[in-house]
Amino acid sequence: MAKRSIVPFGPQHPVLPEPIHLDLVLEDETVVEAIPSIGFIHRGLEKLVEKKDFKQYVYIAERVCGICSCGHGMGYCEAVEHVMGIEVPRRAAYLRTIWMEMSRVHSHLLWLGLLADAMGFESLFMEAWRQREEILNLFDLTTGGRIIFSVNCVGGVLKDMDSGMLRAVADTAERLEREIAPLTKTFLKEYTVQSRLKELGVLSREQALLAGAVGPMLRASGEAYDVRMLGYSAYQELHVEPVVRREGDSYARCEVRLEELAQSLRLIREAVSKIPEGPIAEPVKGNPGGEYFMRIEQPRGEAIYYVKGNGTKNLERFRLRTPTTSNIPPMVDLLKGCQLADVPLLVLTIDPCISCTER
Amino acid sequence: MDLDKVKVFVYARAALKNLVSKPATVDYPAKPAEFPERMRGHIEISPWNCIGCGMCMRSCPPGAIRVDRAADTWSIERFDCVQCGSCVNVCPKKCLSLVSGYTAPGEKKRLETVMIPAKKVPPRPAAKPQDV
Repeated sequence: MAKRSIVPFGPQHPVLPEPIHLDLVLEDETVVEAIPSIGFIHRGLEKLVEKKDFKQYVYIAERVCGICSCGHGMGYCEAVEHVMGIEVPRRAAYLRTIWMEMSRVHSHLLWLGLLADAMGFESLFMEAWRQREEILNLFDLTTGGRIIFSVNCVGGVLKDMDSGMLRAVADTAERLEREIAPLTKTFLKEYTVQSRLKELGVLSREQALLAGAVGPMLRASGEAYDVRMLGYSAYQELHVEPVVRREGDSYARCEVRLEELAQSLRLIREAVSKIPEGPIAEPVKGNPGGEYFMRIEQPRGEAIYYVKGNGTKNLERFRLRTPTTSNIPPMVDLLKGCQLADVPLLVLTIDPCISCTER
Repeated sequence: MDLDKVKVFVYARAALKNLVSKPATVDYPAKPAEFPERMRGHIEISPWNCIGCGMCMRSCPPGAIRVDRAADTWSIERFDCVQCGSCVNVCPKKCLSLVSGYTAPGEKKRLETVMIPAKKVPPRPAAKPQDV
């Protein structure tokens, strides 16, 4: 039997944009066990809900993470709206959906770039991030921010899009659909990418369900589960189909995200074509009393927002379960039996967002 | 892995195109940065409209704004402000605005204070005597 050794991985590692620590138990070059530890960037944002007004907290909820910010703000607002029995105007629901899908595009392009970078494919990384810049410019135009949007509020949205902005959004989505074609082709056909990703970190459907995987991680293992199918916001009026692959390897996870990218761009154009006229926010009276679980599909997977109000302006409890929290146990399963050199790539394939996880 | 289905130099065409095309980035600082109209750069106040009601101070999530009605001043801690626009949304006199462009960086936290006209908020009416 080979001698066992423990190699620390992280919290500072070139492939990790955020700090997570893994103790890798190795036998020669093979990982036999991975012990994760988090807690490097805990900020206590959930606790802050007791001190801030429930309307103020929207701005804090969206600052939980820089990539999923739109979704966090929206998930929190929808949970509070359900508690208070507020029905959001249709135009506001469509605007939220458009911004949410734009967030998905920018998150997936960010991940594709990071993946290319982890493989040492620098020019592909630059290309993915160049495309992402188009979406960030659109965010800048429509919300006034590139990363944190501050557009959601309890009862609707704070900013409307005029016809010029909607046209710019639709035109950019159409152009990106054309421009990501070579990117998709490179990721799916290029030898370098295939040799690094195919048959790497296979997660079966049973394993994925047992470990509680969510999002593209779960769908790449053959489970057609997408929270958008529940029809929150404007999704009930759009054509959303879960993107599913059966192979369960890293390549399948890449394929799912690439196809979701195209799907999101199509959804953006569909939402722009269907957006109704009308008000963008409903007036909010009183304070929330009651509790609600809200589920939304973030770019990285299902996120759960639990709010509990006691009839005062401060909520009693806010709980956020992020997709990365759910995807860490399957990631630990994936790492068992892999080679040490594949660990960075496997950690990346779950699209980890540690600031979300630690809140 | 089935090597018959994989290809090499798939990216070559895009790479060559990028090699001869213009840079995707802006030639800053030779060309000034352009900000869109809605950009949330920094907060500005029109002090002559301000009534010192303190709504902005109470709505500010990081607590960056201070309104001192005794001294007739409105202050903002630029380093604490997160440009969320909460104060702009609640201002009853619409004297606060989010303006594009950033404030200058600095080594120390600084409190910017502006004088606001003497209190215009009418004093609250005296509470009605309670029926005993």
